[in-house]
Amino acid sequence: MTVTDTEPGPDVAALRRPARVRLAWLLALVAILVLIMLASVAFGSRVVGLDDITAAFGGADETLDQAAVVKRIPRTVLAALVGAALALSGTVMQGVTRNPLADPGILGVNMGAMLAIAVGMVTVGLYTATAYIWVAIAGAAVSTLFVYAVGSLGRGGATPLKIALAGAATSAALASTVTAVVLPRGDIAENFQSWQVGGVGGAGWAGIGQVLPFLIAGLVVCLLCARALNSLALGDELAAGLGERVVLVRAVAALGSVVLCGAATAVAGPIAFVGLIVPHLCRLLVGLDHRWLLPFATLAGAALLTAADVIGRVVNRPDEIEAGIITALIGAPFFIYIVRRQKVREL
Amino acid sequence: MSTSTLEAVTRGRRRRRLRRRTVLAVAGVAVAVMAALSLMIGQTFYPPGDVLRVILGETVPGASFTVGELRLPRTVLALITGLCFGMGGVTFQTMMRNPLASPDIIGISSAASAAAAFAIIVLGLGETGVSVFAIVAALGVAVVIYVLSFKDGVAGARLVLIGIGIAAMLNSVTSYVLNQAGQWDLQAATRWLNGSLNGSTWDEVAPVLVALAVFGPVLLAQARNLTMLQLGDDTAAALGTRLERTRLISIVAAVGLIAFATSATGPIAFVAFLAGPIAARLVGPGGSLLVPSALAGALLVLVADFLGQFAFDTRFPVGVITGVLGAPYLIFLLVRTNRAGGAL
Repeated sequence: MTVTDTEPGPDVAALRRPARVRLAWLLALVAILVLIMLASVAFGSRVVGLDDITAAFGGADETLDQAAVVKRIPRTVLAALVGAALALSGTVMQGVTRNPLADPGILGVNMGAMLAIAVGMVTVGLYTATAYIWVAIAGAAVSTLFVYAVGSLGRGGATPLKIALAGAATSAALASTVTAVVLPRGDIAENFQSWQVGGVGGAGWAGIGQVLPFLIAGLVVCLLCARALNSLALGDELAAGLGERVVLVRAVAALGSVVLCGAATAVAGPIAFVGLIVPHLCRLLVGLDHRWLLPFATLAGAALLTAADVIGRVVNRPDEIEAGIITALIGAPFFIYIVRRQKVREL
Repeated sequence: MSTSTLEAVTRGRRRRRLRRRTVLAVAGVAVAVMAALSLMIGQTFYPPGDVLRVILGETVPGASFTVGELRLPRTVLALITGLCFGMGGVTFQTMMRNPLASPDIIGISSAASAAAAFAIIVLGLGETGVSVFAIVAALGVAVVIYVLSFKDGVAGARLVLIGIGIAAMLNSVTSYVLNQAGQWDLQAATRWLNGSLNGSTWDEVAPVLVALAVFGPVLLAQARNLTMLQLGDDTAAALGTRLERTRLISIVAAVGLIAFATSATGPIAFVAFLAGPIAARLVGPGGSLLVPSALAGALLVLVADFLGQFAFDTRFPVGVITGVLGAPYLIFLLVRTNRAGGAL
């Protein structure tokens, strides 16, 4: 980010949006999130009247309609939580790797989590949600390290192209291995294949309770790294010069990001592209300051995945399309747009 | 001096030709042996004589059904889809001068697979309709990828990344189509996402065979021009290659091979990607890679299907085996190119 006298350009404006504008966007985003969450409770594969919805909020589940609405509430909460976690995770990953293409899905981190769960289920017989989450976080961590190591070999270090290719290759490798691991166990395989699509259809309060501590921990760690991520964005040397312990910051921020996407993947499957789209959109709104960017991404991610889930329930009634399919359909064109925007030598 | 140089060149050329012929012969024999083994071995073993008599059309009690109706279509399909994937894959890799630009990585196979799944599951079309649907979709996606990667010329890196994005999108379309089928069917899912030869029939063999007979020779006729393309556009043009014509014909033929094969078996993971580099290593520099890659592809599919059926307690679909075998190679390739520091 070079700022010269002759060309103040849009970069400066992007770096520092006036606080008033940011605050307005923040309020707007909260309002949008609330609206989408309400919509998520109101609309679904079954068309429900308004009085049933209000009754269901009061705890009534006598009629089929009310029962349907009651089931939508945890689902909405889970979608918002998972979306927030993935978006925050992606934003931090993009910050840590200084790579506009970073995303838990594209880098194969989600698949690492899935493979760890699959191996855990098949070999040790894991069955509790908490165990899944721990194992998923471990798997996510290992695959993150691996992808980063492969992607940063050689000249030029970890360029977006090398990281993205390493991620895609690792993702494919892990996906094949997941299939190979679960196929011998017919009982697991059937569930696992549909889990692998990614969605929040099977949400319940118990699962949310188990994943929530992990998400909060990850959220806190990531938010605490916001300042340091700003320094990292200036380049390693400059960040070190500013007194930042670069390696430590990287490690802590990456850990927070891995906890978030590991936990999210354990409850919702490998949902891709949320962590890619949201940071880019939020940067347009609030600029590059991570202290604003991270909370924005959290809210916007929640809104995006909840919206994707609503769309998946509504477009093809009475069938449901998993949220992971919708995010891929929206996200892949966005990914292509970002790739096209990059100059070849930056890849 | 000049005579000795001439001698050295001639000797080198002769040595390369000998190596190529040896490799081709060995690969051909290996393919034949693997095909024979997969016809003979199964729950019941049939000696070569029985198998041969079944192929010649005689009725052999037991063997006629098991070999003739179950194993023969499967083996033939494995053989010809392997040839198709190998040849189609190496065409793309040669044309783009990039091993990562193979159709199964840049989304062409995913397009054929999504279209085939859609045509079978949602539209309920028959074999011919499915193949046509798949090839139209795959050609369309090839054009889209090319157009999207075009920005001051097509850069290999951009093409590969955009292809990966397209592949992600198309895979989710496949998942959606499978979801549409109501009950999530594991058999169908592994076929359209990983590739599988389970339940192969003669009806599935026919379109692939036709595609191989039509597009195979077309590509072979372009072999010289394709080799020229590897030297770079300018050199190739200077040497008399008609660039656009060669590219157009090669892309259509390669996509045709990939699409027809995919609509029969699903996108057998990484065969198109692996066959070219394996062949290149075996035959060494110089000469066209089309035939060696086709043989390598066939050998890969036959061996992987054999392993998948008999090497483990569970019967794995062929695509899972090639996926598990191929992915480490993909990562190895990335590590090696990154280390060498060369642009991909």
